[in-house]
Parts: sequence; C-alpha cells; structure tokens
Amino acid sequence: MNDLLSRPLPWYVAGPLIGLMVPLLLLIGNRAFGISSTLRHICAACVPGRLPFFRYAWKDEMWSLVFAGGILLGGVLGGLVFPNPEPVALSAAARERLAAVGITDLTGLHPRELFNFAAIGSVKGFLLIVVGGFLVGFGTRYANGCTSGHSITGMANLKWPSLVATMAFFAGGLVMTWLILPGILAL
Amino acid sequence: MKHLAFLVAGTVFGFVLTKAEAVSWFRIQEMFRFQSFHMYGLLMSAVVVAMVSLALIRRFGVRSLGGQPIAIEPKPFTKGTVLGGMTFGLGWAMTGACPGPLYALVGAGVYPMVVALLAAVAGTWAYGALRDRLPH
Repeated sequence: MNDLLSRPLPWYVAGPLIGLMVPLLLLIGNRAFGISSTLRHICAACVPGRLPFFRYAWKDEMWSLVFAGGILLGGVLGGLVFPNPEPVALSAAARERLAAVGITDLTGLHPRELFNFAAIGSVKGFLLIVVGGFLVGFGTRYANGCTSGHSITGMANLKWPSLVATMAFFAGGLVMTWLILPGILAL
Repeated sequence: MKHLAFLVAGTVFGFVLTKAEAVSWFRIQEMFRFQSFHMYGLLMSAVVVAMVSLALIRRFGVRSLGGQPIAIEPKPFTKGTVLGGMTFGLGWAMTGACPGPLYALVGAGVYPMVVALLAAVAGTWAYGALRDRLPH
C-alpha cells in the first residue's frame, strides 16, 4: 500500500482524475474548477485596501479557499507522507539538458540547487522565486484564469478565449524557457 | 458539510497533481523543451475527460446536489487573455508552478515556495491596483 501511494502516477491515470474535478465541483456545489481566483480572495480577505477589485463578498467564495487548503493537504500526503524515493524519471534528453546547466540532483519535486531559502537572497533565486511568483499572480488575474480555469475548464467547455489563453501561457513559457531562463541560470 | 466535500476534492486533486509530478519544476522544463509527452498527455486527457463529462451533464440535464441547473459562467476575451496569459507563462516557466501547484508544493515541503505563493498574492494585488491603467 505504502509503495502504491509513493509511486508516481502515469499521465493516463492522473490526467483523467484531474479532468473529473470539473464535473465533481459542479455536482457538489455548481462551482467551476479554477484555482487562481483564490489568490484574489486572499487579497480581498487580508489586504483589500481601497481597491474596488478586492471589495466584494469573498466569503461567498469560501469553497475555493477550502479547496485550495485541500490541495495543500494533498501536497502533504504526496510529498511528505508518501514521497517518491526515486529521482524524477525525466526523459534522457531532459536529464542531459539539465546536466548541461548544472542541475544534477533530480530528487524531490523542485531542484534543491535553485529553490532554497539561501538562494532567495541571490539574484538568480530572487528572480526565479519572487519575480516568478509575482508574474504568476499578476498574469493569471490579468488573464482571468490559469491552467485549471482556462486550460482545463474553459477548453473542456469549448470556449475559444480559453484556447487563446492556453496558447498565450505556452508562448510565455516558451519565451522564458528558451530565451530568458538560460541567462538566469547562468547567473 | 459542503465545505468538507470541497476539502476532500481538493486533497485528492493536490495528491494527484503531486504524484503526476505536474507540480515539478523538472517536468515543466521538460514540457517546455518538448522532451517528453508526459505533461501533454496529462493535460489533454484531463481536458477530454472534462469535456465528455460536461457533454453528459448537458445531455442528461444533470443538476447539482443543491438542485441548481449546472452552468459555467463563460470568461470573455480581452487583451488581458493574451497579455496576462503570456505574463503568467513567463512566471510558470520560472517557478515551475501554476497556482494549484503553488499550494501543493507548500504542502509537499518545498518551503521556499511559501515565498513564491506570497509573491503570487502580491502580483494579484498589483493587478488589482493597476487594473484601470492596463489595456483590456
């Protein structure tokens, strides 16, 4: 059992389970699956200031904050209680490419060499963790959705703006990965 | 009671995301360099299952447990769909995480991601502050 829960899930098991979140949330409470709006609710609950964008009945959206809390708990189960003891089984091409930029420790979910508290004080770590996180929060709200709300719910609902959003997510990711990130990693 | 259902659903989602390594910077890099089918298979199979589920819900007029007819509010297209989408994409490739994985990574013990999550909240706040001055 322990072994079964620690093992990584292949995409053809995990993907359908993730897809089932859409009908599940609709059935439970007629809610659209999407995560990035929780960041807005956190602002509305904690630091609304005088901004009209954060002045709304965020308590009506409590379900999504509870759902986000569940995601965190799921992370505890998947990463701390039943962690994968093996390094991430990346393709040979990916391993080679990462080794070429000095990333050789493939254990855990995120490269320890880049994501640690000491690194946040360096330019490289500050860019990856603080600036990167900022762009995720800014961009998802500006786009009115993220990978869950647009790429899964919106596309499954056959809405073309969500397809455009998904293409924009990938365009940004490709520009970062191929053009900018090599420079950041070389810092 | 209903909140408990959302908590359990979120827990399952977070566990599956973590076990599929969709929260892993390594996998996100592999995806953006087209070095594996893993993330593409994950996203596409999720979309197909969600699409079929929505079609069945419509076909049979399924209602939510509270008895409401099921409806998803559409997200209108704006300039932000493209500009914000690209901005998010940049951050996704840097942190290796979209919003769901940010929560999962914090739970999974990748504690520097607490800072990334707080930065994402700050980014959302900055959008709220600059909203009127951004093209939409």
